[in-house]
Amino acid sequence: MLNLQQVAVAYSGNTVVKDISLSLAKGQIGCLVGPSGCGKTTLLRAIAGFEAVCAGSISLQGNIVSNAEQQLPPELRQVGMVFQDFALFPHLSVANNISFGLRHVSKSVKATKVKQLLQLVGLPDLGQRYIHQLSGGQQQRVALARALAPEPNVLLLDEPFSSLDTELREGLAREIRQILQQLQITAVMVTHDQNEAFAMADMIGVMAQGRLQQWASPYELYHKPASRFVADFIGRGVLLPGTVLAAQQVQTSLGIFQQRYVSSLQPGDKVDVLIRPDDIVHDDSSSVTAQVADKAFRGSHILYQLKLDSGEQVQCLALSHHNHAMGEHIGIRLDLDHLVLFPRDH
Amino acid sequence: MRGWRDIWRWSVLLPAAVLAVPVLVIFASIGYPQPDVWLHLRQTVLADYVINSLLLAGGTGIGALLMGTSTAWIISQYQFIGRRYLRWLLLLPLAMPAYIIAYTYTGMLDFAGPLQTILREQFGWRYGDYWFPEVRSLGGAILMLSLVLYPYVYMLARTAFLEQSASLFEASRTLGFTPRQHFWKVALPLARPAILTGTALAMMEAFADYGTVQYFGVTTFTTGIFRTWFGMGNQVAAAQLAALLTSFVLLLLVLERWSRRKIRYYYQGQHRHSHARRPVNLAHQLLLFTLCLLPVLLGFIVPAIQLISWALTNYQVTLNREFGVLVWNSFTLAAMAAIISVLLALLFAYGKRLRRDVMVQVPVRIAALGYAVPGTVIAIGVMLPLAWVDGRIDLLAEQWFGVRTGLIFSGTLFALLLAYSVRFLAVSLHSVEAGLERIKPSMDNAARSLGYKPLHVLQKIHLPLLRTSVLTALLLVFVDVLKELPATLILRPFNFNTLAVRTYELASDERLADAALPALAIVLVSLLPVIVLARSVDSSIKGKP
Repeated sequence: MLNLQQVAVAYSGNTVVKDISLSLAKGQIGCLVGPSGCGKTTLLRAIAGFEAVCAGSISLQGNIVSNAEQQLPPELRQVGMVFQDFALFPHLSVANNISFGLRHVSKSVKATKVKQLLQLVGLPDLGQRYIHQLSGGQQQRVALARALAPEPNVLLLDEPFSSLDTELREGLAREIRQILQQLQITAVMVTHDQNEAFAMADMIGVMAQGRLQQWASPYELYHKPASRFVADFIGRGVLLPGTVLAAQQVQTSLGIFQQRYVSSLQPGDKVDVLIRPDDIVHDDSSSVTAQVADKAFRGSHILYQLKLDSGEQVQCLALSHHNHAMGEHIGIRLDLDHLVLFPRDH
Repeated sequence: MRGWRDIWRWSVLLPAAVLAVPVLVIFASIGYPQPDVWLHLRQTVLADYVINSLLLAGGTGIGALLMGTSTAWIISQYQFIGRRYLRWLLLLPLAMPAYIIAYTYTGMLDFAGPLQTILREQFGWRYGDYWFPEVRSLGGAILMLSLVLYPYVYMLARTAFLEQSASLFEASRTLGFTPRQHFWKVALPLARPAILTGTALAMMEAFADYGTVQYFGVTTFTTGIFRTWFGMGNQVAAAQLAALLTSFVLLLLVLERWSRRKIRYYYQGQHRHSHARRPVNLAHQLLLFTLCLLPVLLGFIVPAIQLISWALTNYQVTLNREFGVLVWNSFTLAAMAAIISVLLALLFAYGKRLRRDVMVQVPVRIAALGYAVPGTVIAIGVMLPLAWVDGRIDLLAEQWFGVRTGLIFSGTLFALLLAYSVRFLAVSLHSVEAGLERIKPSMDNAARSLGYKPLHVLQKIHLPLLRTSVLTALLLVFVDVLKELPATLILRPFNFNTLAVRTYELASDERLADAALPALAIVLVSLLPVIVLARSVDSSIKGKP
């Protein structure tokens, strides 16, 4: 459906996005996350046709729309876009905003379509209003309806929730995911909020410095990060130093772990092991203990910062009623599904 | 990368260069020293020019600052009777050109005027028995200019005061400040950039004034330029005087920019909740009402009534065919200038939007500097090169074809329209740019992604959204041209009169009552943009689009 092959984008000779390859099947939702300035919005605009690619190619439904030689203008791509500032037209009513992209279509078809879309986004009675009479969340829904009206091949969303209140975001994200799945729309969303990405996406791409660090499902991204950057950027966790022993084993201050996959590591190599807060289970009956160095109450859970006997610190997510005081020693047990190792530089 | 073949660059650069010529010519004149004339000027009138111009601009600045800031504070802070009307009535003096209010007050306060006549009859005084302030003086000119220019300060200061968050006032109070201390320690320093901008605008207008000082017999730079050009016949020396005057104005402009250098620290986009105006007792209310009514009364209502009464006494004589010609001339000229100015503004604004490089941005900024340059100066800067070009063409035509072409550019409306374009480009550009800014680039993108070609985006999105600001720009330039005096006086074609020129001529001939009808026509039309302004100021404060 959407396919990017080694795409690069440059502004005045300065490459801001390079060597990006990814693809989405019909109805899949992809998210691009990364720190600001990583090139994720540029990539989105390249898919829409607002930026030219200087290498590689972008294809939609099997047709190349962008490569280094030629760019299909945005109006011929059938790409819907929801903008960060919504970009709704202030001189048109909600209904006329939504039907703006429905050209060469009879009035009655337009009216029916607008009605359906308003119903879909949950604003059935607001067609005659003007944009400044709507709240931020309502504007967001109108922007979505307008982008969906011409039944685009792919829908692009550029930080669509960034101007909304936090409470509104989660609900809207879930709603929009339902709408997109219902219509079987392929979509790409850019966000800097990984929770938003987890809530929306089938596939997530982590970008840094113009490169795609990893393109994977949310589960894989969290549990099998491909690089130190991804491990650090996605979720919480600490990197615990360790040493490779013989026979695929790694020694750390939390004990010895078994590697499941054959790696190129040699015995004696220094490595870091990724330990997520949910890898460490609080267990009062465990003989291994650690001291509470800091704690953050999270409602249903408490996030403990624990100091090991070796002096290293790890995090532990414990159920909320296990409320321990600072300085107390509590029992912990390791529950590691995936061993993630990064060789350490000298 | 777009190179030198980029058409947008050239279509911005070329007109911008043409608009920059007059000011460049003025400064280039310094390269042709005129020692004899300058010796004469230095020994006689130069000191007067400098001192009077500085006193006039400084005095007008102080007057406008005091009137504008105090009324703005009262209107923004207190709840009192008549406030709702005074809020926009205070803008009315903007519609009153300085030279018109000057001659109106002269007519009212002169020895033969109604006020002194009444005093003499009442007390049995005769000439020489009493002292009465002389209107036709430097002090009088300062007062006249302050009365019509304070709205610049009022408008900007009022917006600045209203934009200050109520929590600032509350914070001051909890920290132990009285409302009075809050004004001096917090509100005034915060509004300072806006107030100084308004004051600088008033001072620029004072530097540029020709009609008032000429009528009052105060010798300033502008009258000196006229005298050197027409009286002494030395055009280069006139241009050099103009260069000196322009340097004063540009210095003022630099100072104003410098005073605003930290403006972004002042507005931090706090979540504002608007300030409840303080209620006061009735006696206090009447005092505030009177304070705010006074500038309106003196700056607009009294002179307007005088003009109307003059116009009524002899409209049977003055409302004739000649008046019709005046109106036709003025309106067609103003309309042409407005259309040219807005077309240029559209070209420049789109050039800046589409090409964000210095090769486009800087020339547009320079071309828009014309608003700071006095009309007299621009007129001379237009006249000198055009007369030269005309002379060349005439010479060549005679040599080659044996035909005299005469003054093709400098003796026709072309010169006037060029001068107006230089002077008022900033006005139309400001309005058009403000309109274009509201059309965010993402809206263009949205329309493109919904299947519209660039030309259709222009038609469906830009045209409807820009309409209001284009109309506003047309109106503002139209009225500015209608009021403009010195450039029109110098550059108008032979036997071509406008309302402003005729008003000035009649007033100079002491035919004050005859001047009332054209003056009134100017004032009435000038009211239109003031009404637009009053509405837009209100809505921008409420934050509605």
